[in-house]
Amino acid sequence: MECTLDAQSLISISLRKIHSSRTQRGGIKLHKNLLVSYVLRNARQLYLSERYAELYRRQQHYPDGAPLLAMPACPPPPAASPPELGALPLPPDAQDREARSCSAVRGGAELLEVPVCAAPPELQQRAPCRDSSPAFYRASSTAPGPGSPPGLLYAAGCDFGAPHCSSRTTVLDLDTHVVTTVENGYLHQDCCSQCPCCCQPAAGLASPPPAPGTKRKYYPGQEEEEEEGVEEGEPGGGGVAGGPPFAPCTKRARFEEYSAEHPQDSSNISNLISIFGSGFTGLVSRQQADSEQPLNGQLCSKQALASLGAWTRAIVAF
Amino acid sequence: FPGAGGGNDIQWCFSQVKGAVDDDVAEADIISTVEFNHSGELLATGDKGGRVVIFQQEQENKTQSHSRGEYNVYSTFQSHEPEFDYLKSLEIEEKINKIRWLPQKNAAQFLLSTNDKTIKLWKISERDKRPEGYNLKEEDGRYRDPTTVTTLRVPVFRPMDLMVEASPRRIFANAHTYHINSISINSDYETYLSADDLRINLWHLEITDRSFNIVDIKPANMEELTEVITAAEFHPNSCNTFVYSSSKGTIRLCDMRASALCDRHSKLFEEPEDPSNRSFFSEIISSISDVKFSHSGRYMMTRDYLSVKIWDLNMENRPVETYQVHEYLRSKLCSLYENDCIFDKFECCWNGSDSIVMTGSYNNFFRMFDRNTKRDITLEASRENNKPRTVLKPRKVCASGKRKKDEISVDSLDFNKKILHTAWHPKENIIAVATTNNLYIFQDKMN
Repeated sequence: MECTLDAQSLISISLRKIHSSRTQRGGIKLHKNLLVSYVLRNARQLYLSERYAELYRRQQHYPDGAPLLAMPACPPPPAASPPELGALPLPPDAQDREARSCSAVRGGAELLEVPVCAAPPELQQRAPCRDSSPAFYRASSTAPGPGSPPGLLYAAGCDFGAPHCSSRTTVLDLDTHVVTTVENGYLHQDCCSQCPCCCQPAAGLASPPPAPGTKRKYYPGQEEEEEEGVEEGEPGGGGVAGGPPFAPCTKRARFEEYSAEHPQDSSNISNLISIFGSGFTGLVSRQQADSEQPLNGQLCSKQALASLGAWTRAIVAF
Repeated sequence: FPGAGGGNDIQWCFSQVKGAVDDDVAEADIISTVEFNHSGELLATGDKGGRVVIFQQEQENKTQSHSRGEYNVYSTFQSHEPEFDYLKSLEIEEKINKIRWLPQKNAAQFLLSTNDKTIKLWKISERDKRPEGYNLKEEDGRYRDPTTVTTLRVPVFRPMDLMVEASPRRIFANAHTYHINSISINSDYETYLSADDLRINLWHLEITDRSFNIVDIKPANMEELTEVITAAEFHPNSCNTFVYSSSKGTIRLCDMRASALCDRHSKLFEEPEDPSNRSFFSEIISSISDVKFSHSGRYMMTRDYLSVKIWDLNMENRPVETYQVHEYLRSKLCSLYENDCIFDKFECCWNGSDSIVMTGSYNNFFRMFDRNTKRDITLEASRENNKPRTVLKPRKVCASGKRKKDEISVDSLDFNKKILHTAWHPKENIIAVATTNNLYIFQDKMN
């Protein structure tokens, strides 16, 4: 089916619908908002699958050692034509590797952030530090190859831990549970770097967080699974079979209030995309209190980045 | 070959139109439900302003054998008022979501009307005579001084102008947390069900202070919500059987004898999705907006955004018939999502003999599908065709390519003119079709 809108616009429109439903007469329409949440999920799947496809293509170009350049940070998105939208990624059986990976990405609560925009290839030349962060991916128990490390990590070629860097790169080491983030604005703080227990490497793995410019392998994700709510504080995304138990720093607490006055603010939208970790869940997730919560030994940042704000309370959970 | 001519094909003619003429539609006048009573003599409409208007068919006139009686206003009353739930800071709309008639037991008529939260049982009764000649009261009601009474007389009933009174006999409130979408009267004529997004309750018509919850699909954690109830109906003959449809395109048939809480269905009707049709909006367009049993009780019909499906109650894995209402909209779903039209809830109905089904569309078009001949027809409800006994001209939408004469292209369809509510007389070929704020009545051409 042809769609005249790209995934990001659809997401933006959907969020606006949810926001405006709060003020409609008669109260929140549960049915309509549920349907809108499905569109959000579908658009997000495609958005992420496109990101992944792009990154995969780049990895093919730079197979070893060279820094992987992620999409440049560019709010708002360039005025390139919207990506071709074909059919959405189907259950993995029917799909190629790329789409399957993206399904896994989508299904995972581990997705903490997504890039801002789809970058045309010519923007690859930009300095690493200016690159936005890519999405990063879940551990896969089905990683091919016996020698492959179980963890999954995407490293952008960015200067980790450099606060001055304008990049939004966030890197997660699923083996050591180390999360390092170069913050930009309202995105995550370095969380686990503040927590000694988090920074302890997993057994058998003494490697420190990847140095700048290092590329680690990543693997196709798991089978797409049923959309399920991911509970606050619940360790791991649902259904990661055999992967290391992992819970990201709770993403829901960390997002700036969505501003209805800036519907074109795609960076806001990108952040909000991650909220919709699984279908309806993100919409009904409550405002989190100060986000300090121990999760499998991780301590999320004490700096409570704002609650989701008004629009998420659009869905009234009785 | 759609609809025109042929021996058995119905030729539909304009009969009447009710409602304001001007294009500026007052929101309160938007028609939200249409329902014939069991005899077809009465036709009720509900609107967004909480009013119910009942039309009554004139008795057939021997001198006017070429047309059936006209429908004229019989009673108008305010059924529901807007309310405010202070606890939740929510306004409760007065819009009438559904009207269902009870079968007539005595001189009075009874109907159930519901808004989002409260169901009311209304008694509509006629008064055509009044007592006159009281001894202690004047005709205007003032009391007479007893000392002035010198003779006594017996009051007698004298005819008066017909007065139709509607009075609320029962109010069934405070049983629904979510928005009520359906009510359905059981074939025992003693109980009825009401359904909201997540629950279905069973009531006794005489008892207002309690109801039984018979279906509850609310998950323990609302974050796990994946589907809601969209419609529910009792089986026309089996008083223990009902169905409810969901936003996921499934229909569940439940037997109340099986257990007190019918969360486990007896049958699940579901057609697997065609993967080649997958889109962003697949979930929306598969959501069922209406479910109706056939009069026989053997079939049920469901309406989703693009199609009407007929299900045999004995076959759960797919419908026995599928009719495309406006397949040309499939490539427009994106725009229809933007303008919210994709959320429109179309209803559907059977004719009296279960041989034809009808449903609405956009541009004030409505569609009929003949199950026997497999022919379908598209007609338009428009004041331009309002000469009585003029046969309606079939319409055709041109999906793509070269538009033929008299065809309408998809892009010129008016999506603000939608027909969501239609009703078919239980016995005759008389149909009521509601546009935004007008009610059209069409009849077949009698020779």
